[in-house]
Order: sequence, then C-alpha cells, then structure tokens
Amino acid sequence: MQYFLQNVVNGLQWGSFYALVAIGYTMVYGVLMLFNFAHGDIFMVGAYIGFFTATGLVALAAVGNIILPSWLILTLTMLIAMFLNALVGMAVERIGYRPLRDAPRASAAITGLMIGIILETGNLALLGASRLAFPPLIKPEVYNISGVYITNQKIIIIIIALSLTFMLHLFIRKTKWGMAMRAMAYDFVITPLMGVPLNTIIALTFALGSGLAAAAGVLFGIAYPVLGPYMGIIIGWKAFVAAILGGRGSVLGAASAGFLMGFIEIFVVMIFPSTMRDFIAYSIILLILTFLPNGFFGEPFSAKLRL
Amino acid sequence: MPLLNVEHMTHFFAGLRAVHDYSIRIEPGEIHGLIGPNGAGKSTIFNLITGVFKPTEGKVFFLGKDLIKLPPYEIAALGLGRTFQNLRLWRHMSVLEHIKMAQFSQITYGLIGAFFGTGKRNRQEKENTEKALKIMDLVGIGKLADQLVPNLPYGLQRRVEIARALAVNPKLLLLDEPTAGMNTEELINLINIIRHIHERTGVAILLIEHRMKFVTDLCERIQTLDFGEIIAEGNAEEIQNNPKVIEAYLGKGVKT
Repeated sequence: MQYFLQNVVNGLQWGSFYALVAIGYTMVYGVLMLFNFAHGDIFMVGAYIGFFTATGLVALAAVGNIILPSWLILTLTMLIAMFLNALVGMAVERIGYRPLRDAPRASAAITGLMIGIILETGNLALLGASRLAFPPLIKPEVYNISGVYITNQKIIIIIIALSLTFMLHLFIRKTKWGMAMRAMAYDFVITPLMGVPLNTIIALTFALGSGLAAAAGVLFGIAYPVLGPYMGIIIGWKAFVAAILGGRGSVLGAASAGFLMGFIEIFVVMIFPSTMRDFIAYSIILLILTFLPNGFFGEPFSAKLRL
Repeated sequence: MPLLNVEHMTHFFAGLRAVHDYSIRIEPGEIHGLIGPNGAGKSTIFNLITGVFKPTEGKVFFLGKDLIKLPPYEIAALGLGRTFQNLRLWRHMSVLEHIKMAQFSQITYGLIGAFFGTGKRNRQEKENTEKALKIMDLVGIGKLADQLVPNLPYGLQRRVEIARALAVNPKLLLLDEPTAGMNTEELINLINIIRHIHERTGVAILLIEHRMKFVTDLCERIQTLDFGEIIAEGNAEEIQNNPKVIEAYLGKGVKT
C-alpha cells in the first residue's frame, strides 16, 4: 500500500511535466488548428532560460552578499522564465507561423519541425554539447508520512502544476481573452468582425502555452537537474500524445491526459522492468485511443473544439 | 458628415468583377435596403465594408475614417455590427457568451486583471453582463442567456446574431438577409423587432434582402444591384415600378 501511494506521488510529479507541456499544444491547436511541433523545443528553451535566470540570481546574491531565500529565487526564476519564454513563443509565431497563416497546414507543420531543429542546433552551437546542471533551488527535505516518502520538491512541483492548470482553465472560461480563443477555435473569419483582434489573440495563445512550457522546464530542472539541447524532443512527443488523448483543443483534457500518462508510465515500472516502460505504457495508450478515438473531451467534428 | 460613405467601389475576384462602381451614403439613423438576385454582389459589398476583403478600387469612409486602412476588428470597434447570410454563430457557446464576446472592444481591463480578478475586472464584467441582458431583452431573447445556440430554433438563432451585432455598440447595423429561411409569421415578428431596435437605439441600418415586402416595409431608400452594379435607386414605390428591377427579378417580357 505504501509502495502504491509512493508511486501515486511519483506519477503526479511525472505527469505534471506532460500536463503543462500538453496544454501548450492543445491551446495552439484549438485556436489555429495547427500542431506547433516546435513546442517540445520551446520547453527546452524555457528550461535553459530558467537555468540562466536561477544561476544568475544565485551568483548575483553571492556577489552582492545578499542572502536571498530559496523560495524567492524559485519564484523569481519561474516568473522571469515564463515571461521570457512567452516572448520566445510569440517570436516563433511571428516569424515562423504568421507568414504561413493561409498556407496549407502541412507547410505550417514542417515549419514547426524546422523551428524545433533550429532551436536544438542553435542551442548546441551556442552552448556546446556539454550538459548543464540546474542549480538546486530547493533544499531537499524528505517527509515520511506513515511510510510514504515525499520530498518537498515533489510537493512544490505538483502544487505549481495543478494551480497553473487551474488558473489557465479559469482564464479561458471567464475572461474576454479566453472567450476570444474559444470563439476563434470555432470560427476564424467572423470573430474579428465582432471587434476581436486576431493577431493579438494568437500571440497571446502562443505566449501562454510557452509560459507554461517554461514553468514545466524550471520544474523539470528542479526534479532532474541535467539539461541538454535535445531534452525537449521526447517530452514534446509524449505531451503531444497527451494533447490528442485529452481531446484536441481541451485544456482540462490535455492536463488530465498528461497526468494519466505520468501514472501509466510510473505504474508500468512498478510492475515491469523499466526498460519496458514506454513499450508497455504506449501500448496501453494506443488501446485507450482505439476505444476513445476523439480523446477524453474531444468532439468528432474537428471544427467543434472546446478550450 | 454622413455615417457611411462609399465612393465608386469596385472589386475583382481573380479577374471576375464582383462589384462595379458601387456608391452609397448613409446618414445617422437611416434605414437602407439592398436588393438584387443571387450572385449580384450584395454580400461582397458587406464584406468589403467590414474589411473581410479590401476593394480593388474606390473609397470607404465611416465616421470620416478611411476603412480601407483598418483591420476588420478595428472597423467593428468603430461601431459597425453585422449579421451573416448563413448563420455564423459559435455553436459551443451560450447566448450570453455570444453577446459578451462582441463587447470585447469595450472591455478595458488588462491581462493581470484577467488572471487575478481585480476590482476593475469584476466591475466591468458585471456592467457588461447587465448591458448584454438589456440587448437580449431588446430582441426578445432575454430569457435564453444560458442556452447553447444549437438548442434554439432557427428564428431565435437569427435573433442571437442580431443581438451579437448590437453588442459592438453599432452606429450602423449591416443585416445580411435576416429573413432567410423564415416563415411569414417569423418574418412579421422580425420586422417588428427591427423597428423596435431602430426606435430604441436610433442605429442606422443597411439590409440585404430578397423579400420585397420586408424591404418596402422598412426601408426609406432602396438600391437594386445586378451583376455587381446599381441598376436602380430610390424609395419603395420607385423601385417597385422600375422596369429594370422588374426585369432583373422576373426576366424580360413580364407585364405588371
């Protein structure tokens, strides 16, 4: 039982990364009907921005001889990384996707792949192949709750991921921008005729998705403090699977599918050897998709999307 | 200064002339009609005025502003509301959400307010909900706020479109065949609603229509369009007796 609960916590943490990245995929799809294949690499860029911000803040504190509490460094790192990565996402949209707005979807899809490769190799060219170590922002503490070991890191990661998901959900349901995203998901042509600025909403969509990806990157750096230029690929692919599994265009769907995939992967390892993890986990997900071809919250007709 | 002033507007679609030398002046509070057979270019004129397409030649001024330089969302925010020939509603959104979406340009709270629920946001959301409910009352759908639009009968969906167009605070309302697919009873209802809106808000209206009764009942001035060109212009009586109009509508050799 303790072993089981232990793995529930691990699954929640592991799913947090998938959930946050998957939301970015699904939002862009919801508004533009476009899979932003560069999103995994935008996650990577977010992790690197987080790395430089955190390292910079730690160094700055050391030079100035100021004692910055670690929660403050973490908060600042999160906010700065999310903000800067939002700008990265907006730049990707402006440079890569906007010129191809009326082009066939396949052209836009390969644009995403190319931007992804450019970000990876650009990183490689700038920073070299050596991996970077994310500075330890949270001093690890282990709590033993009746036999279940929980680190403070895990708690923080899970809480941040869940609250960001919830905030975004409220944003999309309750505010004029969120409403505009949902309206555009349904009808791209008439929504501007109601006074809604198309390009602003699209830029905002990319900004929010990339901001969440940066949050995932920083949290990932805290849990697995080794960064490399290709770290975004596998997470990106899997988060893409989560976005589809959740139902294209649905934020809560993407988040819940992300957490579910985290659980499946962790629980497969609980029973089978870890080398079999993805083989078995993704066979299960394939099976789920066979019975739920539209995903959890998706609708069969592709124009009817829910954000 | 006229509200809307279109001068010598011409538009080509890949070499095909859809609109030729079209001009109209609308003063505040007037109701104009635009009639003509299918494919005459009526909806294209709406699309040209609202910025969906930019005209090949000609000028479009609204409140003295040159619309050709503005993107569609700014044109709408200036006070141009429109409906569509085939219903273009957001079918996953409620009636109230439709109206509130069209208030986008009037809502000024920022992103921070949106995320953290500031007082300004809550106040504006409340004011706008009240305003939206008033608009819905005006067109007689006040009790349907939380309904999803696909659940409404066709005639009411048409009214949702009109309410949404009114929510941008229009000075000019463009109605594209508002009676399409309606029976006689719904038609008479709609005439009354449009009169009611006009009396209460004083909004100017330009409407595209097929049904003569509807146009002659409502409009002070009517233009007839055929093959993208104005073939007749005048009040209801002049239009009904104009031989060119009769020819365009009924074909040659018909006596009235």
